[in-house]
Amino acid sequence: MNTLKYQSQAVAKPYFIFAMILFVGQILFGLIMGLQYVVGDFLGGLIPFNVARMVHTNLLIVWLLFGFMGAAYYLVPEEAETELYSPKLAIILFWIFAAAGVLTILGYLLVPYSTLADITFNELWPTMGREFLEQPTLTKIGIVVVCLGFLFNLGMTILKGRKTAINMVMMTGLVGLAVFFLFAFYNPTNLALDKYFWWFVVHLWVEGVWELIMGAILAYVLIKVTGVDREVIEKWLYVIIAMALISGILGTGHHFYWLMTPEYWQWVGSIFSALEPLPFFAMVLYAFNMVNRRRREHPNKAATLWALGTAVMAFLGAGVWGFLHTLSFVNYYTHGSQITAAHGHMAFYGAYAMIVMTIISYAMPKLRGIGEANCNKAQVVEMWGFWLMTVAMVFITLFLTGAGILQVWLQRLPESGEALSFMATQDKLAIFYWLREIAGVIFLFGLIAYLTSFFISEKKATA
Amino acid sequence: MSESFTKGMARNIYYGGSIFFFLIFLALTFHTVKEMPKRDNRQNITEAVERGKHLWEKNNCIGCHTLIGEGAYFAPELMNVYDRRGGGNEEAFKAFLNGWMNAQPLNIPGRRQMPNFHLNDQEIDDLAEFLKWTSELDANNWPPNIEG
Repeated sequence: MNTLKYQSQAVAKPYFIFAMILFVGQILFGLIMGLQYVVGDFLGGLIPFNVARMVHTNLLIVWLLFGFMGAAYYLVPEEAETELYSPKLAIILFWIFAAAGVLTILGYLLVPYSTLADITFNELWPTMGREFLEQPTLTKIGIVVVCLGFLFNLGMTILKGRKTAINMVMMTGLVGLAVFFLFAFYNPTNLALDKYFWWFVVHLWVEGVWELIMGAILAYVLIKVTGVDREVIEKWLYVIIAMALISGILGTGHHFYWLMTPEYWQWVGSIFSALEPLPFFAMVLYAFNMVNRRRREHPNKAATLWALGTAVMAFLGAGVWGFLHTLSFVNYYTHGSQITAAHGHMAFYGAYAMIVMTIISYAMPKLRGIGEANCNKAQVVEMWGFWLMTVAMVFITLFLTGAGILQVWLQRLPESGEALSFMATQDKLAIFYWLREIAGVIFLFGLIAYLTSFFISEKKATA
Repeated sequence: MSESFTKGMARNIYYGGSIFFFLIFLALTFHTVKEMPKRDNRQNITEAVERGKHLWEKNNCIGCHTLIGEGAYFAPELMNVYDRRGGGNEEAFKAFLNGWMNAQPLNIPGRRQMPNFHLNDQEIDDLAEFLKWTSELDANNWPPNIEG
């Protein structure tokens, strides 16, 4: 049964499937690291912590990019009311990106990082060895090439079709993603400049242009599952992303407190980043409002649950947990502690992992020719996955927050001489790390349930 | 949301607001970069410091440690390790770092393991120079104490 409005939307499918495969890898490496936090020598010789972390964070970034690309290939043609400019290009780029991603991860795992730097000619243009930007320069160039082809393909599609607000916002977000990634190639010898402009990739992605992508995907899914008038939803979309950028751009200042920067960033960063929860709060109001005012009963209940869930969890993780340590006089003590880790986990899961699963939940039944929605049994299992993963993530965040508060208390607040050393403090936090690891295992069960739901079909359900 | 507040108005706030604040951000960035030499001691960036930074990156030190609070939270902060382990004395710190790097992995059961990166004496010296320079940066009085 063919259930796609435009046949070229089908190119989204491999992107979504590959994103899910990488997601599994991310969680497995997360569990390895979580264990290394308490059993320090676990797999020590085989997978050192720095390698596991690099794989964990890079897999996250790459699977989210696959998810965003899949989302764009799915929703842009439908919004533009025309076929994708070149489905073939989309498939070619998929294979290039997948191959580059797999090779990079294998490089991390199979050879020492310094060897990887040598064999990829890092010394010609050194960009490696910075947090989240560990990819060899060659991989970074590959990412730029893939992004350019991707943007060209979407741009040509939008040019020949309808230019909706959702498409324009999605496109702005994706162009911004590509443009700010270029700062990954700027790695000056002076660490002060290096760190300052590193944030142009990291902050302006996750607290800037990615929010546009998230907003556009959420608006699209809400229009589909609620049937609420497009004018209303797009008005909300503009209000939310306006708040996101107005607070988030100068909110970058909360990363400049403790760099070689003038003090005024402590004021600018504190004031504007304190406003960053507002767009997320508006997103919660809007998602629930739209679902309450729905004009149709969409059979895909799971997709609606993900849409509401991502708004709530993004508000908690990015909004509330971000605010917890964003004011400069608080951040002075919490900077680079487990509080940061707590915020990072819930924010990434809530805002970005969940928005990708929202669009996958909505689009996959159509991409697979099943229809508007999966059978009831599959949806029930998918919702089990949703709740297990989400509740597990809430607990991971709470345990890391507990660890962080104790860490600040023991290591940061006392004067030199009285403060506990880093390693001695870590020993005191062991109970929190064990509990976090248990919550991580529950998260894995949730992920397994979620993935299982893709294999439950009507026939099996009645058999 | 009220009917008199239209989508067009929302769109204008989005475009106008984000362009306005992005321009302010660029202006502040311009000013910050101009002010930076007062705090980053760039005149002290020797070739050894430069080589040290490359070694820092090439061995993915940030994958376990933090440097001025950024990085992974698995191993100690290293911005002020020059002061913590060397007491601000160059010879003492270099002797410590050389011994420390060569003693890895410590192989203490259950303890977090730092790998051995097989650096030669010259490289360890370069790394020490980089960490010494880093310890002299003015990061607005961070970290709060010697433990980082």
